[in-house]
Amino acid sequence: MPRRDDIETILVIGAGPIVIGQACEFDYSGSQGCKALREDGYRVVLVNSNPATIMTDPEFADRTYIEPMTVDSLSRIIARERPDVLLPTLGGQTALNLAVALSEEGVLDHYGVKLIGAQIDAIHKAEDREAFRTAMENIGLELPASGYARSLDDARRIVKETGIPAIIRPSFTLGGTGGSVAYSEEDFGPMVEWALRQSPRGTCLVERSVLGWKEYELEVMRDTADNVVIICSIENFDAMGVHTGDSITVAPAQTLTDREYQEMRDAAIAIIREIGVDTGGSNIQFAVNPEDGAMVVVEMNPRVSRSSALASKATGFPIAKIAAKLAVGYTLDEIRNDITRETPASFEPSIDYVVTKIPRFAFEKFAGVEDVLTTQMKSVGEAMAIGRTFKESLQKAIRSLEIDRSGLESPEDLPPGLEGLWSAIDTPRPGRLWALAEALRRGAGIEELWRRSGVDPWFLGNLQDLVRLEAELAAAQGEAERIAWLREAKRNGFSDLRLGQLWGIEEGEVRALRKAQGLRPVYKRVDTCAAEFEAHTPYLYSTYEEECEAQPSQRRKVMILGGGPNRIGQGIEFDYCCVHASFALREAGIETIMVNCNPETVSTDYDTSDRLYFEPLTLEDVLNIVEVEQPEGVIVQLGGQTPLKLAVELERAGVPILGTSPDAIDRAEDRERFEALLDELGLERPPAGIARSPEEAMAVAERLGYPVLVRPSYVLGGRAMEIVHDEESLVTYMRNAVKASPEHPVLVDRFLADAIEVDVDALCDGERVVVGGIMEHIEQAGVHSGDSACSIPPHSLTSNVIDDILAATRDLALKLGVRGLMNVQYAIKEERVFVIEVNPRASRTVPFVSKAIGRPLAKLGALVMAGSSLEELGFTQEIWPTHYSVKEAVFPFVKFPGADTLLGPEMKSTGEVMGIDSEFGRAFAKSQIQAGNSLPVSGTVLVSVRSEDQPRVLELVRDLAAMDFELMATPGTAATLRAGNLEVREVAKVGRGGDELRDTVECIDAGEVDLVINTVDSDPEAVRDSASLRRSALLRGVPYFTTVAAVRAGVGAIRALQAESIGVRSLQQIHGLVEA
Amino acid sequence: MAGPSFPPACLALADGSVYRGAAFGAAGLGVGEVCFNTSLAGYQEILTDPSYAGQLVAMTCTQIGNVGVNREDEESRRPFLEGFVVREVFHQPSNWRSEESLHAYMERHAIPGISEVDTRALVRRIREGGAQCGALSTDPRQQDAEALVRRAAEAPGLDGVDLAARVSCETPYEFSEGRWQGIRGGVPAPTRPDRRYRLVAFDFGIKRNILRLLVEQGFEVTVVPAGTSADEALALRPQAVFLSNGPGDPAAVVGVRDTVRRLAESLPIFGICLGHQILGLALGGRTVKLHFGHHGGNQPGQDLATGKVAICAENHGYAVDADSLREAGQPVEITHRNLNDGTVEGLAHAALPLFSVQYHPEASPGPHDAAYFFRRFRRMVELHAAGEPVTGAGVAASAAGPGD
Repeated sequence: MPRRDDIETILVIGAGPIVIGQACEFDYSGSQGCKALREDGYRVVLVNSNPATIMTDPEFADRTYIEPMTVDSLSRIIARERPDVLLPTLGGQTALNLAVALSEEGVLDHYGVKLIGAQIDAIHKAEDREAFRTAMENIGLELPASGYARSLDDARRIVKETGIPAIIRPSFTLGGTGGSVAYSEEDFGPMVEWALRQSPRGTCLVERSVLGWKEYELEVMRDTADNVVIICSIENFDAMGVHTGDSITVAPAQTLTDREYQEMRDAAIAIIREIGVDTGGSNIQFAVNPEDGAMVVVEMNPRVSRSSALASKATGFPIAKIAAKLAVGYTLDEIRNDITRETPASFEPSIDYVVTKIPRFAFEKFAGVEDVLTTQMKSVGEAMAIGRTFKESLQKAIRSLEIDRSGLESPEDLPPGLEGLWSAIDTPRPGRLWALAEALRRGAGIEELWRRSGVDPWFLGNLQDLVRLEAELAAAQGEAERIAWLREAKRNGFSDLRLGQLWGIEEGEVRALRKAQGLRPVYKRVDTCAAEFEAHTPYLYSTYEEECEAQPSQRRKVMILGGGPNRIGQGIEFDYCCVHASFALREAGIETIMVNCNPETVSTDYDTSDRLYFEPLTLEDVLNIVEVEQPEGVIVQLGGQTPLKLAVELERAGVPILGTSPDAIDRAEDRERFEALLDELGLERPPAGIARSPEEAMAVAERLGYPVLVRPSYVLGGRAMEIVHDEESLVTYMRNAVKASPEHPVLVDRFLADAIEVDVDALCDGERVVVGGIMEHIEQAGVHSGDSACSIPPHSLTSNVIDDILAATRDLALKLGVRGLMNVQYAIKEERVFVIEVNPRASRTVPFVSKAIGRPLAKLGALVMAGSSLEELGFTQEIWPTHYSVKEAVFPFVKFPGADTLLGPEMKSTGEVMGIDSEFGRAFAKSQIQAGNSLPVSGTVLVSVRSEDQPRVLELVRDLAAMDFELMATPGTAATLRAGNLEVREVAKVGRGGDELRDTVECIDAGEVDLVINTVDSDPEAVRDSASLRRSALLRGVPYFTTVAAVRAGVGAIRALQAESIGVRSLQQIHGLVEA
Repeated sequence: MAGPSFPPACLALADGSVYRGAAFGAAGLGVGEVCFNTSLAGYQEILTDPSYAGQLVAMTCTQIGNVGVNREDEESRRPFLEGFVVREVFHQPSNWRSEESLHAYMERHAIPGISEVDTRALVRRIREGGAQCGALSTDPRQQDAEALVRRAAEAPGLDGVDLAARVSCETPYEFSEGRWQGIRGGVPAPTRPDRRYRLVAFDFGIKRNILRLLVEQGFEVTVVPAGTSADEALALRPQAVFLSNGPGDPAAVVGVRDTVRRLAESLPIFGICLGHQILGLALGGRTVKLHFGHHGGNQPGQDLATGKVAICAENHGYAVDADSLREAGQPVEITHRNLNDGTVEGLAHAALPLFSVQYHPEASPGPHDAAYFFRRFRRMVELHAAGEPVTGAGVAASAAGPGD
């Protein structure tokens, strides 16, 4: 069947901000989908609140709405754009849930909008646990015994049957949010309550645990003619009990006989038919009992998922693109396989390599949170690697993670002997892989490790092979013997760095030894068909084999280093920049070569760049590619800290670095050189010093005066950054939080309390500097810039200050010799401008600024790096938009039981949203809605603020009272408010309530509070005392502010919301690309 | 000087390319046409598929031996191939049904194997240069590359060699094992319809799963040697005939064409793979050698009647030439095609109850999408036995495809 001609306009819903469980894979799927639909001549209307996405670039859709992803906002967009159909399967759980809500509230019917891809019935059957169970029983498939609970009583009744440990899964949530494993009766009750609260339907499943069973996933596609194909099978290294997003996963499945695999395949096909997914991709998870092969269905996602992204990258089969084509009526046999060009998409990819994905975690960001892995996803990113064997791909994936491991090093801090290892093996944690290897090293048997961990003996056998080989390698002393082992080591994925560790020599020496032997990797192609047909797409990975298929061109070419796995502080924004650079350079006729190892991204799509190397971003791996490709230059300033930290060594190895020189980068990063630069330019910075020991730190702090801001040099995302108020905390910090040393100094700054922070992104071609945007932070200095909301244009800065900022930015860029992008952070205190830091690279705000001003900064930056001047590019003037754009951060607190929601200098957000409107208050209000912090227009405000904030909060609270809000406050705050003639209901602080006076948490839990204003002194005791108040607000979904500055913006936003309801506008309209 | 030590193995192709690796399985020499298989699972079924007689099989899947070997998954009484070529082989299998390592199994059956080979490079060579012969030595005393290249170049190859006779059973036997239900172990009891039909299955290298699926469809199966004459077959009073898969060049399987023509006069016939090609030849068509054949579990087979695409297990190096059938003037319809290269994958006669398929609806290994052929065959035999007019093309057209 060819494309449907009865459709003109298609509404595509994106996935919103990056959160745990829903990351940039949905930018990959959405942008692929939009591109495919537009190619076919459809008019595409896109809604997504996340500005850091490629899909929200104005050229990816006919109309792009960066607007709240709510029924209200979507209804307005539908009313304006009148789409014929809605495609809900490319935007993750967010899009699916929104589509259901739009249908249930009658919006779709009212405007005559039909769903394509999946109908409501199918979504319901797949997502509703009870309906899913019934459907599976209809086709004779088993699920783990379970029951569906609407209340704790229900749940207790069910668990009597199903037993402890029990898996608790809330309905309609994403990434297993609210899910847990109850190992005891005591845990069970609270876990069920938590799950019921997390489910938008207030329901959950209580399920017999199949902990320890093997876990598999199949990626399935179906077309309108009922053709079904399996794109990829995935086997989890971690057994059932660990969320698949948190598991190490491997493709293809490794420990199934064909008989078992085909039974699973049959089941998957029966499931997609029974659930009734019309077209597109679904992801189906199975558990298999390792003892007897019994198989149960775990769950199904009737949409493109995180695993689809992984499967696409693992096979080369573009699932999202094909899903979009199938949704508009094509059948699989009508769609061509881009890679082979000759064969149709109606086949099942065969792969002649092994893919390993390892998740990346961020537990270190959340003090007090247990790092145990359960059925609720907690990882923030992932790295994927391709090797010819599991051993090779595993070792490549490890070094792709950038967690300071180059292989299966012995974990630190594990007690000696085997006994000491068991707890690290019995309980799944991020480091279990290394504990397993260590156990094998210490002589543990595979059988015992399997029993304890559930990790299949096949995987353990591979680890054992690696550990044994490692022992052989370590024993190889002397050059001749090392040379004899080198090829075997490289074929098994050992990095030069790891070999250096084993041999007690430098990485560079291993490299020299290897090259002297002519031992270099070859590059093989990912081609969907195991070389059965010729591949026309240069999607490559390295391995140590005989034949190289790289076939580099003789064209003018540039290599772009990507950002590696997502983590807090370095996420989709940097991928956005890399992708833009690739687009711009390709347009300019320059061949682009992308290097990255993050399967979620658009940059690792095989058609984003001319050539894609899916490789770890280490010095060794990058140099190897440079040797094969010989690019005219390498771009390191777009992928965040990952490529930047390679810059100096790449340059030392003779690799031409495009754009700002590594020396300039060093000049901005090196504290002493930087200070000299500022002195030269006559710019001010907060008084500061450097400490290489606790003693030095104390001396510096003494000189500067407390509070001081301390942090290790060379970090991104504010890792280990703290505001320290006294000597005792300073010493604790120096001793525990960081291990300061001469090579790794700690920076100590005077902390400018209550300063306004400002971020600036600018472009410089060496002659001219153009500021892209000045972002005024909403939260005061001290909150990490990535966690702070900010506004373009600045909403309160004076024109003098703005002029000073512009001048300082120009001076800095020219003096440093920036070629490309630069980011500067300033603090403004009493009209004085202090330079906090300069980063001569793309920052995480580049996509936001680009969307706010309607100019693609990253593209321009890339072209400048490749030699164009800003004048040639027509970007010579700052743009002062007439609308306000507010960026707000989105946090993963809800995923981490016990995490505090207070903001500080350590970045904790995973994603961002953007609110655009003609007025600041409304733009801020939109950003809050998008961030899930929907502000009330009436109700009760609970105020509990530290004494020094009370006077400042008084006037804001007075405004709220004038807007008819009821007031509730803790005793101290209440006294201040009363003294200001405000009527207030007094409540006790947490845990201090009694019969007469309820405490704050009780009031929140009783649903009496609609907004929380809570600030707290930074001493740990005060923080601890009030943590449950914030936690409670978070869990009950009550919007909250933890800084006075945010309250100020919030009050303005509430006023705007009261005045009129919020409208929607497309980006194309805002940028004047189309008429209003 | 110490270094990693492997038992040496060498694979040489007729074109002079040489691949060195590590030996596993039996020590010895294997000479045959080199083909590659792209299946991701089921190496044991591939190993024991008699259709690989005379061939050296390279697996594109790089991790082989993971699940060991078990008796249930054997597709015939032993492996018939000449040698096995893999990237990495595992000696410590992990699967609840595993009884033996792949290495031990191949050693027991005197099959040489080579691992640590750049199998992708090998595949690309075959893809570019077409099928050719190779010589695999796992004998430590016979590692001279030049000598092996010569062996490969001198090898007769598959063309014109009647390999079916070599792998066929020697005497007729009955088969009554039913279809596997799920993956639980043990010999499955037959589950079949009440009304039974006597069937003679010609063994050109038949796979057990074909027999199981025939039993499931209610056939009382007698397997007969490839050289069985029409009279001998008719003496068994069959109500239907099945022509099995098998190795090598269909044109070289002598005598069978006449037998098939005789049987076709009175009986419904279903052929798979080599059986399909033999039926094509019996009808006056020609077969052609493909550049490097189809060997894998991911091939798109389209049913032209319904337009539906089944993902198929395929294993053949020859195909029926569509034009030759037209030229022969037989009322034969092409019912299925491979969407990758458009080759003929299914035939049905418009006047007689005959049809055949090039790929493997019995799977094992591979997807079950095309299992409908067995149901279709049963329906054709039912109608024929009831004296109704039925043709291969008729049942193909009336069928609804994979779901029928």
